[in-house]
Amino acid sequence: MTKPHEIDVYEPVEGELPKEKFDELEAFINSLESTDGALIEILHKAQNLFGYLPRDVQLFVARKLGIPGAEVFGVVSFYSYFTTEPRGKHTISVCMGTACFVRGSDKILEKLKEKLQVQVNEITEDGLFTLKDIRCVGACGLAPVIMIDDKVYGRVKEEELDGILDTYR
Amino acid sequence: MAGSQELHEDKPMINIKINNKDLKVPEGTTILEAAHKVGAKIPTLCHLDLHDIKMVNKTASCRVCMVELVDSRNNRNKLVPSCVTTVSEGMEALTSSLNAIAARRMSVELLLSNHPNECFTCAKNLECELQALAQELKIRHIRWEGERMDYPRDLSSDAIVKDADKCIYCRRCETMCNEVQTCGILSGIGRGFEAFVGPAFNIPMVESSCTYCGQCVQVCPTAALTEVYHVDKVWEALNDPDKHVIVQTAPAVRVALGDMFGMEPGTIVTGKMVTALKNMGFNAVFDTNFGADLTIMEEASELIYRVKENKTLPILTSCCPAWVKFIEHQFPELLEVPSTCKSPHIMFGTIAKTYYAEKNGIDPDNIVVVSIMPCIAKKAEAKRPELTKDTHNNVDIVVTTRELGYMIKEAGIEFESLNDSEFDNPLGEHTGAAVIFGTTGGVIEAAIRTAHEWMTGKELEQIEFNQLRGMDGLREAEVQVGDKVLKIGIASGLGNARILLESIRDGKSKYDAIEIMACPGGCIAGGGQPYHHGNFEIIKKRQEAIYREDKNRKIRKSHENPEILRLYKEYLGEPFGETAHRLLHTHFEERERI
Repeated sequence: MTKPHEIDVYEPVEGELPKEKFDELEAFINSLESTDGALIEILHKAQNLFGYLPRDVQLFVARKLGIPGAEVFGVVSFYSYFTTEPRGKHTISVCMGTACFVRGSDKILEKLKEKLQVQVNEITEDGLFTLKDIRCVGACGLAPVIMIDDKVYGRVKEEELDGILDTYR
Repeated sequence: MAGSQELHEDKPMINIKINNKDLKVPEGTTILEAAHKVGAKIPTLCHLDLHDIKMVNKTASCRVCMVELVDSRNNRNKLVPSCVTTVSEGMEALTSSLNAIAARRMSVELLLSNHPNECFTCAKNLECELQALAQELKIRHIRWEGERMDYPRDLSSDAIVKDADKCIYCRRCETMCNEVQTCGILSGIGRGFEAFVGPAFNIPMVESSCTYCGQCVQVCPTAALTEVYHVDKVWEALNDPDKHVIVQTAPAVRVALGDMFGMEPGTIVTGKMVTALKNMGFNAVFDTNFGADLTIMEEASELIYRVKENKTLPILTSCCPAWVKFIEHQFPELLEVPSTCKSPHIMFGTIAKTYYAEKNGIDPDNIVVVSIMPCIAKKAEAKRPELTKDTHNNVDIVVTTRELGYMIKEAGIEFESLNDSEFDNPLGEHTGAAVIFGTTGGVIEAAIRTAHEWMTGKELEQIEFNQLRGMDGLREAEVQVGDKVLKIGIASGLGNARILLESIRDGKSKYDAIEIMACPGGCIAGGGQPYHHGNFEIIKKRQEAIYREDKNRKIRKSHENPEILRLYKEYLGEPFGETAHRLLHTHFEERERI
C-alpha cells in the first residue's frame, strides 16, 4: 500500500496524456446507465486506459461525475490497486506474503531496489520497470516468488535476478 | 437531541429497557437519544448533532459511546456504538456496565496512544474534546505504545492550520465541508493507521479551493484544524513606538466574546471589549460597524442603480470573504453578479489609511490596522493581492474573537469587572443597521432600510423588517418599496448559497437582491467565534443579542451616521461615485476548482 505521506504533491501533467484516451473514458462514462456508485468501476477503466491515475485523470472523472476531486482521491488513495504514479513497461511484483518472506523475499526485494535503483512503487529511469511489493499470490510452494507482469518466477535466488531482468531488456 | 426526536414523532413506539428502567421511545430513536431520556449520559466524541443546520455526523468511528446490549437468550452480551444503533422491541441496554466502561476506556486509550502528547502547548489546550474525554473517563495510563503518525503540519494558508497528527478521523470536518458547505475540499485519505483527512491529492490547503469559512475548525474536536495564530504580531505592533496601531471590531464579536469568560451566551459586551482594547494600548479603538455603514451607502446605491438602469439582477452581497471565494472557485461564470463593494473591514482599512491618515497627519505606512473578526476567512482576505496594493495593506493583521479572548487573558485583564467605554471617533461612530451585519439577514435588512428611504424619499415608519429575519438557512421575503416589490433571497451556509447560485445560473432566479453568508447562521456562528461545541442554542442567543444591540442604538439607518456623511462630504464625494469606486470597490477573479 502507498502510504499517504508518500504520495507526492504532484504537479498537473501537461500535454502528455492522449486526448483519445480521455475521449474513450468519457464515452465509457456516458455509456453507463447511472454513475451512482460507479466511481470504482470508472477508475478501473481509467487505470486500464492510462496505466495509472494521474491528477488530471482523477479531476476529469470528478468533473464528469460532478463530485469533488477530494472524493475521487479519497477512493484512489484507499485502494492499493489504484496507482497514482506511471508504471513502467513491466511491473515487478515481489511477494511479501508470510511463506515468501520467511524464505527471504525481503532480501530479493532489497537486491532489486539496488539493481534497479528505485524504491518500492517507483519506476526505473529508463521507464522499463516498476517495482512493487505485494501480498500472497497463492504460490507459496514456490516461495520466494516474484512476478513480472503475469509471469511467475518461483524459488528465486538473488544471483538469478540479472538473468531474469535481462529477458525484458 | 430535541430535533432528532421530532423526526420520530409519528413513528410506532418501541418498548426498551435502559439500565433496567422501562421506557417507550419512537422507532428510529438511537440508544444514545433514548439514554438521555432516563438521565444516562453516554460520552461521545465523533458524534455531532447540529440538527439546526441539518448536520448529523454519524460515522461511529471513535467507538467511545459503546454500550452493552443484554442477550440473555444466548447468554452473550454484545457491545454496540449507541450513536448509530437504533432501538428495537425488547432491547435491553446497559450504559455504565463494567464491559461498557472498559470498552469506552479502551477506545480512548487507543486514540491517545496515537495522539501527540503536547497538550501544554496545543492550540486547543482546555478546549479539546479528546482531552476533556480523557479527563471525564479518568484515563491515568495508556496501555499501548507504538508507532505514531508523523505528518508535517500544513502551514501553507493564511487562515487554517492543518495538523494531521492530531486527526482522530471523526470526519466531522468532512461532513461539514461536503454536506453542509458543499465545498468538497476535505476527504479521508489513505486507509488504516495512516488515514487522515485532507484535500485532494494531499495538496497544501492554499492550493485547494478551500473558502476558509472555518466551519471545519468550529467542529474539529481536537487541534487537527485550527486558525493561523496572529496574536504575536499584534503584541509586536503594540510595542513598536513608531507605529500608530488602530483596532476595529466586527459586529458579531461583541455578542460572543463574553463566552470566553464564562458569561451567559448572548451577553452583549461591547463596552467591556472597548475598555479591554484601550487597556491593551491601541492608539484608537474603532468599529468595523463604521465600515458596515459605509458598505451600505455603496451597496444600497449599487442596488438602486442596478434596479433603475435594468442592470444585472439579482445583486449579491459581497461582505463575506468565504462566500466570495466560493463563487470564484465554484461559479466563475457568475462573477458579474456580486456587488463590487469591498467587505466592511477592508473598507474601514482603506479609509483608515487615506482619510483618517490625512486628517490626522499620520504616514499611512506607520498605521497598523488590526481587525478583530468572528471569521477565519478574513485572515486570508486581508492578504489578497488586490487589497494589499498601493504600497500599504488595507488591513494588516486579523485576529479572531477567540484570539482576542486569549489576548485579554494573556494581558491579565479582568474582563468581567471592566467598566464600559465608548468607541473612539470618527471611525467608531456606527448605527444599528451596521450591528445587524453580524447575523444572517442583517446585511440585507440594513441595505433595505437605506434603499427604501432613498427610493421613496420618505422616512420609514417601521425600521425593522421582520420578514428578513430568522435562522433557517434558506429564506425568501418580499419588501414593498414605494410601488415596487423587491424580492429578497437569503442564504446562510454555502450549501444553501449553492442552491441560490444554481437558480441564477439556470436563469430561474426570481430575486432582486440576495444576501449570502458562508457560515450557517451568519457571522455569529463564524469559524473564529468561541467554540459552540455542538450547542446551536448559543448561536440563537447571539442572534437575539445582535437585534437587542440594534434596538439600543439611537441611529439605526446607515445613511444617518453623521461621521459617514462627513466622510462623503469632506473626502469621497457621491456614494458610488468616482472616488468611492476607486477606494471602496474591488474585483473578483476566476479560480481553479480542486
